[in-house]
Amino acid sequence: MNPIQSLIKDLADQYGRKRENLLPVMQGVVQKEKYLSEYTMIEIAREMDIPAAEVFGTATFYSFLETKPAGQFIIRVCKTITCAMKGKNQLLFAIQDMLKIKIGETTPDNKFTLLETNCLGWCHKAPAMLINDDVYTEVTPEKVREILTGYIKETN
Amino acid sequence: MAYSYQLKRVDFIFRNENDWEKVLSTTIKKKPDEIINELISSELKGRGGAGFPTGLKWKLTAESKETEKYVICNADEGEPGTFKDREILSKVPYKVLTAMAVCGYVTGAKEGYIYLRGEYKFLENELNKAIDEFLYYCQEINLDFKIKIFMGSGAYICGEETALMESMEGRRGEPRNKPPFPTQAGYRNKPTVINNVETLVHTWTIFKYGAKKFYDLGVQYSRGTKLFSVSGDTPKPGIYELELGMSLQDFVYEFGDGDTKAVQVGGASGFLVPRKKFKDTAIGYEGKLVGISLPTGGSMMLFNSSRSMFNVLDNYLEFFREESCGQCTPCRVGCQQLLLGIKAVKRGEKPASYLDKLLKLTETMQLTAKCGLGQSVANSFSSIVENFREEMIY
Repeated sequence: MNPIQSLIKDLADQYGRKRENLLPVMQGVVQKEKYLSEYTMIEIAREMDIPAAEVFGTATFYSFLETKPAGQFIIRVCKTITCAMKGKNQLLFAIQDMLKIKIGETTPDNKFTLLETNCLGWCHKAPAMLINDDVYTEVTPEKVREILTGYIKETN
Repeated sequence: MAYSYQLKRVDFIFRNENDWEKVLSTTIKKKPDEIINELISSELKGRGGAGFPTGLKWKLTAESKETEKYVICNADEGEPGTFKDREILSKVPYKVLTAMAVCGYVTGAKEGYIYLRGEYKFLENELNKAIDEFLYYCQEINLDFKIKIFMGSGAYICGEETALMESMEGRRGEPRNKPPFPTQAGYRNKPTVINNVETLVHTWTIFKYGAKKFYDLGVQYSRGTKLFSVSGDTPKPGIYELELGMSLQDFVYEFGDGDTKAVQVGGASGFLVPRKKFKDTAIGYEGKLVGISLPTGGSMMLFNSSRSMFNVLDNYLEFFREESCGQCTPCRVGCQQLLLGIKAVKRGEKPASYLDKLLKLTETMQLTAKCGLGQSVANSFSSIVENFREEMIY
């Protein structure tokens, strides 16, 4: 069994193999692997005895279940109205400038993926962003450079 | 002459109370009927935005003969401009858990779920600790009830109750046809009470302080208090508990920056109210006798005169286009066409009269879309286009 197969098996053992366990299993894979490859989805389908097309259909519905390769840290900048009003664009420019990637891209060292997302629920402290599960609010361009420097140091 | 206004600040929801064990044990000594009647007489309505009477929802589920039933706490707080449920779950989780357990006792459900949106995953560990401690106490008093968290994965539509259940069953979050309603056939096709986080906390207030205390707050048809998530062009963004029934004018006096041009009530799926209509607008459920009454899940976004209403609408429509589940054509195609349409008018590729065609389209969506998402796009679209038509064109 390869590492992906055993990860899926462990998750299926933990949550179960019924259809209603599909989301927790996929979330578990994404937590570890950052995204669901076609191969992963086929393996989930096999392990849980669900048609692969159903797994694909379900995975692609949810914006946090990535189906494209993503880096170790996924940056999701909120683009909904209040964040857009409070400087989300400046924030995006600062990130793009620092990491030399555009929205939707991953750094060549596979560390960061930059995405936009819909309302994160921090409108009173806009602009907001997520890095993996961690929330950052009232993020200015200076603050985001500091935050990212922290992540870069942490992994070097 | 100075305008005198009155907003009634209240402090129930976040009041720090350490007696949840007592509230739980004394409440479940009452008969289920007694609890239901108390909720009904309080006139508490759902705080997620739709405003269905909570007591009636519990009653319908309790009356079902099925033995397998569920309680779900809807914490998929995704409406733009809303951020109160997270605050409740991080500050007073025990009130929510107690309310779920009482609901289980009243309806006969043995299992409860909190559907927590993926964006709030950082809350999961703390909340699980609270659940463990809570369930330990339930065991001590021989209350057979379990609570688990189900994590969402970033889909606005899953806040719609039947889409949420589809999601919990491992499928795409596509809303179901109603009827049957969840009280008859909800999660796993079994009778289910699904309540917003804030609604559950209000039931706690009612259990502890009595229905009358709650009923005495607010106005006719809109009883009790409500949490408001205030954001946008305001010097004091944040979460405020206020009595229902206030006029929007009073609200703007309190929270505006002196230059408020319009307020979006109820998030992107709600209504935009321009300055000239502030004094005729009240915040509460339908049925108020004077002026128009706007319901809200609590989202209040203020815009000052520096904001372009075209940009606001453009932002909403992009949101809806992305979050439409794609299941029914009026919503899927409608959202795309509305967005393309306003851009074309702005660029001068379509005449201004094209806006009227788009307004017709939103009417069609309101009539034919399967769920609240597609139906409610008309709210913000028509209220923005009708009040700020010139900004759409020039």
